[in-house]
Amino acid sequence: MSTNNNIAQARKLVEQLRIEAGIERIKVKQYFSSLFFPLLVSKAAADLMSYCDQHARSDPLLVGVPTSENPFKDKKPCIIL
Amino acid sequence: MCDQTFMAATFGPCDSCGKASPLMNIYIKSEAINYCSFCVEMMACQQLQKGETLQSLKKESDSLKKKLEEERGKLNDVELHQVAEKVEVLSSLSIKTRRVLKGHGNKVLCVDWCKDKRRLVSSSQDGKAIVWDAFTLNKEHGVTLPCTWVMACAYAPSGCAVACGGLDNKCSVVPLSLDKNENLAAKKKSVAMHTNYVSGCTFTNSDMQLLTSSGDGTCALWDVESGQLLQSFHGHTADVLSLDLAPSETGNTFVSGGCDMKANVWDMRSGQNIQSFESHESDINCVRYYPSGDAFASASDDATCRFYDLRADREVAVYQKDSVIFGASSVDFSLSGRLLFAGYNDYTINVWDVLKGTRVSILFGHENRVSRVRVSPDGTALCSASWDNTLRIWA
Repeated sequence: MSTNNNIAQARKLVEQLRIEAGIERIKVKQYFSSLFFPLLVSKAAADLMSYCDQHARSDPLLVGVPTSENPFKDKKPCIIL
Repeated sequence: MCDQTFMAATFGPCDSCGKASPLMNIYIKSEAINYCSFCVEMMACQQLQKGETLQSLKKESDSLKKKLEEERGKLNDVELHQVAEKVEVLSSLSIKTRRVLKGHGNKVLCVDWCKDKRRLVSSSQDGKAIVWDAFTLNKEHGVTLPCTWVMACAYAPSGCAVACGGLDNKCSVVPLSLDKNENLAAKKKSVAMHTNYVSGCTFTNSDMQLLTSSGDGTCALWDVESGQLLQSFHGHTADVLSLDLAPSETGNTFVSGGCDMKANVWDMRSGQNIQSFESHESDINCVRYYPSGDAFASASDDATCRFYDLRADREVAVYQKDSVIFGASSVDFSLSGRLLFAGYNDYTINVWDVLKGTRVSILFGHENRVSRVRVSPDGTALCSASWDNTLRIWA
């Protein structure tokens, strides 16, 4: 696609310009493929959300655990009626 | 500042002039080229066309960068909080202080949990590192280090040793012994040697390797047994203040954040900087991976915390509020990654909803800056260390 070509050309030029301008840090980026990396934010965000969803039930700080199971919560002393 | 002669990663005959000298390993059009630095400069100069000056090229490169950002912006089809609109709003959390750990004589600078989910090691400005049992508030071990400002401490995965470092420019590993009478400081072994203060340290997946970050602008991987430098990571242009190892068992990457406002992701085996994120407006004090390893959060002196996705290669959320004006010193995720706990210099801990970008809760209690927050390995509790000389356990 021409857009991808333009990006690839521009990137190449910027990389060379960076060397020419004598910038100290030479950045080496490894792209798996210009089609697959970087991901669309919608896809990346969906994955983050599904991870949260899968693990939400086992997150003690999120859902709270009963006092008897949490070693940090002090158990209330028994009240004799 | 940083005295870095780091561009030379290998030594050998130059591909162009044949002389043996330190080589710069660069890639042009994905082809590896090993030229000595003189030949690289020659190559760069010869590429300059007639009439072009450094000035005009800089201008061109800036405009190209802008163009790149534009193209990249087209990929940003939607924001994280928009995608998260259909997620349920969180009910209010009931998190309170359950324990207050007193015993340090000065500001507590760092804390780390042991994998057994009950022990902690904390280090302080008074030069001491203390190992606590969080359930019983028992102090199990105390190590006195010969320097003040012990800014970094870490528990070994086996639970048999702790590492600490700070203004002494070193990171030392102290094996913990069950014998109460043994002088732990005598067994202390200096592993890491930097040319400036050590700001962060962590063991890798075993007790054998230690990763450190330093005010000299570099991060380094050390072999604990021999003290040998295995790999060094150059790329930051100012002090590196924090680092975090990627959570996967096979993972070989880590992220670091520093005073140059950049957060860099590194490959541990090659020492290369694979991704870099620069959107903060001030020093990055802390970086922490999301539990899945696909993203990380950072806390900065610009009073914001930001969330970066590694696969989308961009910032996807900013956690800020007009009423929050003090710098954030530390962040950590809850077990599921839904909550982000951030400690601030205004003595509070803000709890943010990672997906929606809103603040869920504020935890009050400390009487001075919060320097570090850490969630326990099983997610049942949060430990916060503060300049008020105490640590608090919240659950």
